[in-house]
Amino acid sequence: MNQPRKAIALISGGLDSMLAAKTVMEQGVHVEGINFFTGFCVEGHTHAIREKDKTKPKRNNALWVAEQLGIKLHIVDVIEEYKKVLLNPKHGYGANMNPCLDCKIFMVGKAKQWIAENGFDFIITGEVIGQRPMSQRKSTMPIVAKQSGADDLLLRPLCAKNLQPTLPELEGWVDREKLHDITGRSRKPQMAMAERFGINEYAQPAGGCCFLTDKNYSAKLVDLWQARNSREYELDDIMLLKVGRHIRPKPHFKLIVAREEGEGRFLEGYKREFVSLKCSSHSGPLVLVDGDPSAKDLYLAASITARYGQSRNAETVDMAINFKDGSERTIQVKPLADADFVQDWMI
Amino acid sequence: MKETLNARRLLCPLPVIRTQDKVKQLQSGDELEVICTDPGVLQDIPAWCRINGHKVLETRSGEQEYIIVLEVC
Repeated sequence: MNQPRKAIALISGGLDSMLAAKTVMEQGVHVEGINFFTGFCVEGHTHAIREKDKTKPKRNNALWVAEQLGIKLHIVDVIEEYKKVLLNPKHGYGANMNPCLDCKIFMVGKAKQWIAENGFDFIITGEVIGQRPMSQRKSTMPIVAKQSGADDLLLRPLCAKNLQPTLPELEGWVDREKLHDITGRSRKPQMAMAERFGINEYAQPAGGCCFLTDKNYSAKLVDLWQARNSREYELDDIMLLKVGRHIRPKPHFKLIVAREEGEGRFLEGYKREFVSLKCSSHSGPLVLVDGDPSAKDLYLAASITARYGQSRNAETVDMAINFKDGSERTIQVKPLADADFVQDWMI
Repeated sequence: MKETLNARRLLCPLPVIRTQDKVKQLQSGDELEVICTDPGVLQDIPAWCRINGHKVLETRSGEQEYIIVLEVC
């Protein structure tokens, strides 16, 4: 008896990739999932950081999908490699700093490499023609296949009938007639298909799963690069952009102000890498100072910090400044008046 | 053999990725204790173990830490 063909499915945690994998599994193909972690993935981090999100289930949607499908999931750390994609996207950015088409090419390319190393036959994605304005258009489908190197080993089960047959179809590994012809932004066909499969719980359909599509996050990222005069970044940099209020009163330093207890605890972990401020006379947030502040700058930073928490209306407050070497100094400051706070400082 | 993995300060899914990578180096029957600060691991590492056929022996929640002990199968 022939061994079943093996496919790797790109699993984002959303509905489309789940349905794509399920469609191929129904044809007797052995399917496993793969998920790439770029550092910009939305789920997980915000749950762990923010207190208010404690009411939400803290699950990784890709893992959850894999479990529902009964398949293995391989989660791959691509943080370092992804820098090239973000910093120099051949096809440019979307509305914000999202290099969606290059990202898709990159991920399919990584999947191609994975199947070669692991003896799998082809790749599945949940792409649908017309679903996304940048990366899922009729014209971009062949670009992804070609530039990723996957070529005809890339099968999109949800819209396969609207595309040229791929090798799995031509070789009879899957029956093209049992694949689908979904197009456009409507979610109704996917929802109907989910119902047919008995899938009644799934992550928000077509929900954004990348911080780079977020306008505010992208603004913070661009600000970081401008302030450093370099477009380099490390994982901690991009994690910190997800946390707190970011206030840049001077080009050479900014404040990261915890908005609630969970963020404060998260920022605590960075106290040895940043100068930090915390009001000692009143209840108030932990604030990290990113950059190279002078003594005068720290006074300004302290007076801004005093605007948050219970010290806001105080005449003067005691502000503890913790330095990276572990030393501490306390200064007295007056909370910065509204009239002196420049709204453009908010990033 | 029992090994410990320090996944403190890592946020989901990095503790899962580090666990996955560490387990690849271990043998069937080995135990791995993963120490984390992200509460999401209480859901994610057991889910990863279930889909990959490993066994969770123990989960503990401390002050700000979460510990999961698993057996490689």
